[in-house]
Amino acid sequence: MTYIAKPKFHHPGLKPNELGYTRRDYEGKISTLCAGCGHDSITASIIEACYELSIEPHRVAKISGIGCSSKTPDYFLGNSHGFNSVHGRMPSVLTGANLANRDLIYLGVSGDGDSASIGFGQFAHSIRRGVNMTYIVENNGVYGLTKGQFSATADRGSKSKKGVTNTDNAIDLVAIALQLGATFVARSFSGDKTQLVPLIAAAIRHKGASFIDVISPCIAFNNHAGSTKSFDYVREHNDAVNRLDVLVGRDPIAVDYAPGTVQVVEQHDGSKVALRKIDADYDPHDRLGAQTFLARHAARGQIVTGLLYVDPEAEDLHEHLNTVETPLNTLEADTLCPGSAVLDKINASLR
Amino acid sequence: MKPTDIAAPDYFHKVVDCQWACPAHTPVPEYIRLIAQGRYSDAYMINWKSNVFPGILGRTCDRPCEPACRRGRVEENPVAICRLKRVAADFKDDIKHRLPRPAPNNGKRIALVGGGPASLTVARDLAPLGYHCTVFDADPEAGGMMRTQIPKFRLPNSVIDEETGYILGLGVEFKGGHRIESMKALLAEKYDAIFVGSGAPRGRELDIPGRKEAAANIHIGIEWLASVSFGHIDKIGKRVIVLGGGNTAMDCCRTARRLGGEDVKVVVRSGFEEMKASPWEKEDALHEDIPILNFLVPVAFVHDNGKLTGITFQKVKAEYDAKGRRNLVPSGEPDQTIACDDVLVAVGQENAFPWIEQDCGIEFDKWHMPKVDPKTFVSTNPKVFFGGDAAFGPKNIIWAVAHGHDAALSIHRMLSGEDITERPLPDVQVSSQKMGIHEWSYDNDISVDKRYKVPHRDKVIALKDIRAEVELGYDVKLALGEAHRCLNCDVQTVFSTSLCIECDACVDICPMDCITFTANGEESDLRQRLKAPSLHPDQDLYVSSDLKTGRVMVKDEDVCLHCGLCAERCPTGAWDMQKYYIEMTHAGSTCPTKSRSAA
Repeated sequence: MTYIAKPKFHHPGLKPNELGYTRRDYEGKISTLCAGCGHDSITASIIEACYELSIEPHRVAKISGIGCSSKTPDYFLGNSHGFNSVHGRMPSVLTGANLANRDLIYLGVSGDGDSASIGFGQFAHSIRRGVNMTYIVENNGVYGLTKGQFSATADRGSKSKKGVTNTDNAIDLVAIALQLGATFVARSFSGDKTQLVPLIAAAIRHKGASFIDVISPCIAFNNHAGSTKSFDYVREHNDAVNRLDVLVGRDPIAVDYAPGTVQVVEQHDGSKVALRKIDADYDPHDRLGAQTFLARHAARGQIVTGLLYVDPEAEDLHEHLNTVETPLNTLEADTLCPGSAVLDKINASLR
Repeated sequence: MKPTDIAAPDYFHKVVDCQWACPAHTPVPEYIRLIAQGRYSDAYMINWKSNVFPGILGRTCDRPCEPACRRGRVEENPVAICRLKRVAADFKDDIKHRLPRPAPNNGKRIALVGGGPASLTVARDLAPLGYHCTVFDADPEAGGMMRTQIPKFRLPNSVIDEETGYILGLGVEFKGGHRIESMKALLAEKYDAIFVGSGAPRGRELDIPGRKEAAANIHIGIEWLASVSFGHIDKIGKRVIVLGGGNTAMDCCRTARRLGGEDVKVVVRSGFEEMKASPWEKEDALHEDIPILNFLVPVAFVHDNGKLTGITFQKVKAEYDAKGRRNLVPSGEPDQTIACDDVLVAVGQENAFPWIEQDCGIEFDKWHMPKVDPKTFVSTNPKVFFGGDAAFGPKNIIWAVAHGHDAALSIHRMLSGEDITERPLPDVQVSSQKMGIHEWSYDNDISVDKRYKVPHRDKVIALKDIRAEVELGYDVKLALGEAHRCLNCDVQTVFSTSLCIECDACVDICPMDCITFTANGEESDLRQRLKAPSLHPDQDLYVSSDLKTGRVMVKDEDVCLHCGLCAERCPTGAWDMQKYYIEMTHAGSTCPTKSRSAA
């Protein structure tokens, strides 16, 4: 919590992007979260990614539920559309908004409570339907706003700040997202922006349901010894399978890594992502392989991070439903309601 | 890079750009905060201690602090430090009771030659320690060039009287109208030490054809200014040419405008940008409808049987050689003659020591300047010290003050039987400014206001009265606005490696992208890997020791706003905002424990 606004001055060497905006132009209000909160680093990463992609702020809708994480859309993209919905209902609101106007970029921001408990069903259905969105879970394993009770993503056996051991099994949102058919699945760590920023940028460019689980230590209630979501624990157990080193537009990719270590993924919109492999055997196009890999590493207490699965040819909800190209909110009344003659014709065809 | 040694007093001193740049190292941010709080007398006393003449300097200082001011790297203009100093002087209460009391005589006698800023500073430092100081000056009143060469419309006599009065009131003996004609005779009077602060009293001549013939209308700038100051001269011709591009030239042309000069021009050899005059002084001259003509070299005074009619100039242009040095070469265009009634020559000042005999033990170099140690200010005669313009040629008041402090320290150490080359380290006080979770004892909410203009007297009125001060000074409201522009650079960002958990909160919040966590490397390499480009390599990098992940914290001090947000957002208190108050050691400072060699 900080009372003063972040000073408007910025470094004189800040470069503007293609739109003429500096990174500072993508900021929102100053954070009211606790000092050191991992969520603030995710906020900074979203800002960086949107700046790098030269996204027009007014083309973004940021939608969230309730919780520490769901407060963060106030702290980035101050000139974008926003909707702070009911607890756990971000996915439905986002789905509805997406159906009404398919032309916006949808950023769903949620937390472990919002997505793995009260909104678990909502999360599942939005992924299952393939809504074109970037769904970010800021995952700290505790209910920070109510003083640090375990959330549904807290690992079994991890300890609370007061020393109580968690006896429930954890929900691994990445595993669920893979199972439900998300076409872009990644995990990252708020303390590793070099990994997180390109992941967010790639997810925004992905057409289809992109899901990123970001482990984000709660400084106030979950950054102690015995926690599995503390800075120290995540740093020690982080097993990155790959890194997105280069994220470029339609330009040819030039990377100077040894052959076979870089994998170029071309996305739907023609943009390309260069993946530097860390685990040589890991194939991010193999959904089943990813699931087993995750399960195997989770059993060893390792946290697998990186781009875990991507389907570059994915379809989204609009294609499934065969909706019109024009956003519904710009269709004229006579198109939306073509009159009784057309209705009669449709009715007749169903008789 | 090695971890930064923040315990070395110079490291954080350098971060306070203004204080570092000030020859007298005035604690600028501290007094600006006091002004913002309305504590004008306290602000004045801080200045008085460091630079001795706050009211005078607040009107006339050459302001080395302002080009150094961090604010000038953050936005267009630095804080108006100089004019805030004047605010402290203008709005203070009676401070006489806060001045040192004249001390009981310690039996030692000091002679000070010249009654200008350097000598008066030495007297200010030594008199309270019990030294009997005698100041000799050829003029009847104290102040030296501050009184004789600076026009009254810039610096009223009342301010000079007040501030020289504070010093003479410490029990300093002033012998006005008493020119020292012989060093030998002075040495024979058995003073314990002699300080020469006689300035650079001679205006440089311009020996070109016609100089002798037309002498009646050709005046040497500083002599002419002094005559105006004493009321010996009160008019000048309608058309006046001022030769020279320094601050004296600016004073000459503006004075001429007030004594009947209607068509006054400044003609300079160099280009406008290279002129020695301070930008604001050029601005003031231009504002008074005085054109400045550049790239013209005077070749002859034109006269009609001894009656000056004009000056002929050769047109030149600037050419740069391989080493980037500038040469003025004839442009090949025909010479130009500018008509005028009077000429003021302000092409430089020179030192003159005809009164120092060759066998006084004082050696001179090939430029006829005394050999003076730049740290201790002692000459080759261990009892004779030099300072101000007399030591190293013409500079300005604030340098004279700085020299005076150092010379006084040397004199005090010498007469206390101590080694004068041992220079005690400055006194440094460090204290956290944290008052609460996000409360600081200083105003960390950064003002985005642009530099406030100092109100000026209406030009028509100002030009009619040579004693009417042109600058009116900030009022309380403007002063407050300007004071808030100060970035409090003395409230330092102090980093504790052991407390840092590398959560990136400081990196994310820093509005200026000063902070980077990265692998260590050589300085040149680190500067390439900062979050924001390193624009000023002369600005230090603050590097921590190794953190848990093996990385280091690197902070580029360059454009830090000292807003304290890094410390506010730090969950563990690894960042703290600590005020560094650095005071230079003056004569009589209580026993500092450390010292450094002057060599």
